[in-house]
Amino acid sequence: MARKVLTLAEVRDGSLRNVSFEAIAAAKTIAEGGEVVSVLVGDQVQAHANELIYRGADRVVVIEHPNLKFYTSDGYSQALKAVIDKEQPEGIVFGHTALGKDLSPKLAIKLDAGLVSDVIAVEEAGGNIVFTRPIYSGKAFEKKIVTDGIIFATVRPNNIAPLERDESRTGSVEALAVEIKDLRAIVKEVVRKTAEGVDLTEAKVIVAGGRGVKSAEGFKPLKELAEVLGGAVGASRGACDAGYCDYSLQIGQTGKVVTPDLYIACGISGAIQHLAGMSNSKVIVAINKDPEANIFKVADYGIVGDLFEVVPLLTEEFKKLKVHS
Amino acid sequence: MNIFVLMKRTFDTEEKISIVNGKINEEGAEFIINPYDEYAIEEAIQVRDKHGGEVTVVTVGSEEAEKELRTALAMGCDKAVLINIDDDVEEQDQYTTAKVLAEYLKDKNPDLILAGNVAIDGGSGQVGPRVAELLGIPYVTTITKLDIADGGKVTVVRDVEGDEEIIETSLPLLVTAQQGLNEPRYPSLPGIMKAKKKPLDELELDDLDLDEEDVEAKTKTIEVFLPPKREAGKILQGEIADQVKELVQLLRSEAKVV
Repeated sequence: MARKVLTLAEVRDGSLRNVSFEAIAAAKTIAEGGEVVSVLVGDQVQAHANELIYRGADRVVVIEHPNLKFYTSDGYSQALKAVIDKEQPEGIVFGHTALGKDLSPKLAIKLDAGLVSDVIAVEEAGGNIVFTRPIYSGKAFEKKIVTDGIIFATVRPNNIAPLERDESRTGSVEALAVEIKDLRAIVKEVVRKTAEGVDLTEAKVIVAGGRGVKSAEGFKPLKELAEVLGGAVGASRGACDAGYCDYSLQIGQTGKVVTPDLYIACGISGAIQHLAGMSNSKVIVAINKDPEANIFKVADYGIVGDLFEVVPLLTEEFKKLKVHS
Repeated sequence: MNIFVLMKRTFDTEEKISIVNGKINEEGAEFIINPYDEYAIEEAIQVRDKHGGEVTVVTVGSEEAEKELRTALAMGCDKAVLINIDDDVEEQDQYTTAKVLAEYLKDKNPDLILAGNVAIDGGSGQVGPRVAELLGIPYVTTITKLDIADGGKVTVVRDVEGDEEIIETSLPLLVTAQQGLNEPRYPSLPGIMKAKKKPLDELELDDLDLDEEDVEAKTKTIEVFLPPKREAGKILQGEIADQVKELVQLLRSEAKVV
């Protein structure tokens, strides 16, 4: 059954986030041959429209307004509601990002719809669109279908393969004028605390530190290794509670759930709550002084040793590899 | 100030998950207040202590949730409400929970509603924003700081994937708590004693003038399964420098991730 499916594209630091392309790929599956329309919302974002076409959108609708410079649930829901009323889609896909998580439930109420959040896979099976999503922070999974109304889902970054970029794809780009007003919450200021570049939930490589890192200063070699690998730095609750790093880096059942290609756990013992947040990573490396540490039970490769000795050596070795390749 | 906290009873984070007859096995599991809801409860108590008023903790759940409600009362909440719809509604999802909560709250004139930003079991993070939208009030999710000025002006710090947004808004308002908002207190012994005498009301769907059709789920779980068990891998041997070289080789040629 062909469906028209809408996706929301997200721009951050002047570029489209990858999850925008992953949402298009998910939308293609839901559309079953129907049209995929990407919606680009913000202030001065039109320049990104063609990229969405190259990534598989059949059409792009651009909504620009000065009041959309910062994300607010009021502003963005007015924009999205306008395009939904006009397009009458049978499916909607957002990224399961800070923005998507905040906006999607509000729109679901406006549409009197269900919502399947944090989806890691989507398929057509037995006449249904079936979503797979983690529950209990990845300790288990569930398959879910929408039984009534519009098919609305948010997709977790880094899990659904985007379509191959293809500049020969063509499609129309349309502007939609929407009056954005009466914002009840105003963003006064954005304080950058994260390093430029790689977001933890979107990182292909994560170097994470635990209590074994011993101090804020101790994270330095981990940052260097992450940098060489183009990855991000994460932490266990132990390291956050001890004040070595910010809670925004915490990976686990409370904190972020991550699924990178490579997870390097340094000085992390492997409490069940931490494992819930990272054990669905593709490849896990554990570095720990204690050969009995729980983390070795889930690691593909383990080195029993002092992280302060091992991590800098690893950084050097990867640097050499980079020079050679 | 009229303050409400939306609370969920969840599996203890220590629990392993098993599946029996296609369902998550709850037999013998320890339950707790959802950790993010604990931050919401703590914040609610602090706001009340500063600005006056009353804190009511509300949950949609089974009779067993009485235990977690008593814990919230022992922490310092004033009243508790258990809305038990298990006998009336067979298929429930976030749509159901939000509708039931909003129906309960709509004539209570809440000034401030707090919830956790996500429950660690279902993990959808939908119910808070859905309730706010149903009540027609603004919301801010994943907050790490809340300041309420005497005129009703509210300044909130919101965690956005590690960055911070400073947001200005006003009451009535719903916020969802992120880790770092506060340090939830443990119930004190006098608190536990007092909690036994605090009011805990139990409501059903009928009491809210709702029918099953009004709140029926829009989504359905068709299968629950466990991830493939991870086998312990290879512990490298020899000199550390050689292990490091071997590891890089393995990541490159065997695992193919770098």
